[in-house]
Amino acid sequence: MEVFWAVIVVAMLTIFVILDGFDFGVGIIHLLFSDDEDERAKMIQAIGPYWDGNEVWLIAGGGVLFFAFPTLFAVGFSGFYLPLIMVLWFLIFRGIGMELRNLINNEIWRTIWDKAFGIASLFLAIFFGSALGNVVRGVNLGGLVDGVSKYEPHYFFVPLWNSSFSPLKQEVGVLDWFTVLMGLVAAVTLTTHGATWLRYKLSGSINAKMKKLIPVSLGIQTILVILSIAAMFILKPSPFKNFIENPIFIVFPIIAFAGLAGIFIMNKSDKEGATFISSAMFIFGAILTTIMGMFPVLLPTTNKVNPSLTIQSMKAADYSLDVALYWWIVGIILVAIYFYIVHKLFSGKLDDNSYDH
Amino acid sequence: MHEAVSDALLFHRLQFAFTITFHYLFPQLTMGLSLIIVLFKWLHLRTKEEKYNLAAKFWAKIFAVNFIMGVVTGIPMEFQFGTNWSRFSELTGNIIGQTLAMEGMFSFFLESTFLGIFLFGEKKVGSKLHFLSAFMVFLGSWLSGLFIIATHSWMQNPVGFEILENGKFVLTSFSALFTNPWLIPSYFHNQAASVLTTSFVVAAVGAYYLLKKEHRNFGKLYVKVGVNFGLFASIILAVPTGDLLAKQVAKHQPVTLAAMEGLFDSVEGAPIVLIGQPNMVHQTLDNKIEVPNMLSFLTYERWDAEIKGLNDFPREDWPTSIPGLYYAYHIMIGLGTIFILIMVIGTFFLWQRKLYNRRWYMWILMFAFPFPYIANLTGWYTSELGRQPWLVYNLLRTNQGFSETVSAGNALFTLLGFIGLYILLGLLFLGLVGKIIYQGPEKVNLNKAE
Repeated sequence: MEVFWAVIVVAMLTIFVILDGFDFGVGIIHLLFSDDEDERAKMIQAIGPYWDGNEVWLIAGGGVLFFAFPTLFAVGFSGFYLPLIMVLWFLIFRGIGMELRNLINNEIWRTIWDKAFGIASLFLAIFFGSALGNVVRGVNLGGLVDGVSKYEPHYFFVPLWNSSFSPLKQEVGVLDWFTVLMGLVAAVTLTTHGATWLRYKLSGSINAKMKKLIPVSLGIQTILVILSIAAMFILKPSPFKNFIENPIFIVFPIIAFAGLAGIFIMNKSDKEGATFISSAMFIFGAILTTIMGMFPVLLPTTNKVNPSLTIQSMKAADYSLDVALYWWIVGIILVAIYFYIVHKLFSGKLDDNSYDH
Repeated sequence: MHEAVSDALLFHRLQFAFTITFHYLFPQLTMGLSLIIVLFKWLHLRTKEEKYNLAAKFWAKIFAVNFIMGVVTGIPMEFQFGTNWSRFSELTGNIIGQTLAMEGMFSFFLESTFLGIFLFGEKKVGSKLHFLSAFMVFLGSWLSGLFIIATHSWMQNPVGFEILENGKFVLTSFSALFTNPWLIPSYFHNQAASVLTTSFVVAAVGAYYLLKKEHRNFGKLYVKVGVNFGLFASIILAVPTGDLLAKQVAKHQPVTLAAMEGLFDSVEGAPIVLIGQPNMVHQTLDNKIEVPNMLSFLTYERWDAEIKGLNDFPREDWPTSIPGLYYAYHIMIGLGTIFILIMVIGTFFLWQRKLYNRRWYMWILMFAFPFPYIANLTGWYTSELGRQPWLVYNLLRTNQGFSETVSAGNALFTLLGFIGLYILLGLLFLGLVGKIIYQGPEKVNLNKAE
């Protein structure tokens, strides 16, 4: 049962990254690759009706994590205290940036909120990438200093960085060269992802611009992905052990690479929906590859005293996992229905008459 | 407790108190306004009068700003269970995580989806679906309240669980979470309070238009709706919900009742205190004005029933801030009484058909709207301060629940960050809503800047 719920949590958070990921990507493109007011307004319109619903996947996924793995939720959230609170602040700016910009018709007002939205999106993409990097690299469980644990063996506290920015020390920081690399992977991946969404939703000059941006962004993305795979060899003694022992897991890296290739091919042949789906496939494949490489560990330890956190050691009591299944299934069916309604209603390209004036 | 540790506990508590206080300014209006918007949409559907549709649009515009503030300040609440209250989350997440996850699955998806559709516009989706989406937003926001109050009720009166040897609380009965006797009176009390806040806000905007002699049709409509809903909500708040809730406190938390009333020694035929200042040194109430035997009667329906005073309970179980709790409760009760009075007067004028010409009454309505917010917050403070020194009543103390790995310095850093950020949000909210009200309800465009 705990494996089932672990799958649900991973699924919900992956959906969050795929859905809200394109919002972050649009934010990055909006910040870095657009100097035209009309263009920026259109980009915001292309995600306007979706972003709030997309963000709910984070809240709902977090909620499921909370009850199904309460200990992991507790030690993880308190251990990554500072970066998580900063994520909250950026999420606030991202949300109000998008919603407030159109409430006052004034150029300076719009510029302020456009920048707030763009910068927050960029930082969020980097933070979520480096968060995954932190989970892969592990933390100093128990807060070990000179062989003595400061906390109980499953608790920890990660400072923002250590003195050497190295992931190979026992006392690690949130930011080191590995997690920053992962942050950059995420930022570039979501830029590509956002561009595929904009192509799908918009026509005209933005569409043409995105068609050119996608291969460039994709090239950088591919280089960074290869670098991060190389980094895994430095970080872990045998990073692909799980894939050798369970060859079926290899399907995930295959999906990821098929996604990368798919983005390039579909973009070139102007299959806009398929380009977006390919990008989503890459994100799905990449996250699953990372997690399957760790399974059943949820958070590795960087010291030799306190054991890594695993699915079994973190799970909640059986009764609650069983009973939650009933409401969760009802809930997810409802969510699927809402999702269908929204995408049916807002399907196709945005044009100038899409809003009620 | 070591000084650095007690500092950390203080900052964790202050951060939660500050962020939840600020957050709750918004959902109370969200829940109430969603109901009012459904009403206007329904009136429009039935009468086909454009006035009602414009009224719905006008309030939807304010709703949208209010909603977004509620969303962005709400996410930190869920996160903070883990970040700042990790021990509490570890020990009870199996139970409270359940209701919080349900809130995400059943209300946030519903709310966000249908608000998106609603704001997309009636012309695009047709008037039936537009009405339906307004209703779904209402349903989502009221469900959200239910899950939060179910969580809250479990902390006040834990049910359906057992405690394992390692101290963890595990769920043994899912249905108990929703049949908790604390839940129903709390939920309806809270929902009535949301409707009351909204009634005052809607009436205040109406009164402003009437006083300014602009948009008079809308001014009358808003004042009328505000007074009607306000009367209903203000009475429901006292009887039956407030009364039933107080009886739950008397039954499950007698020491809290004693502190709320400032009752130090047990008495038969306890009075109810209208005014007075708790003096913790001499254990008395200074300058008090009281109604004899009233507390005994209200609690047990007998004039001479015994009410236990604080001194009958061990000191370590006394609420942490007795004066704070006492004032929170008395401010809520005092304001609640004044609200009934204001709304009864308004209803009387309405019945006389002279309501809109009573300018002095319009001035009162226009300036009254902040007070239900204060009453809502002090009501919540009564509940939360009353639960202290416990997180889970009688079972887990507040000083056993916070994140020990997060130092006082880190907690203060983020508290200061939240204070700065939320002051900015508050100013933006007031400015933007002020602008919408100033522009008036005649020409509302939901998606474009004006």
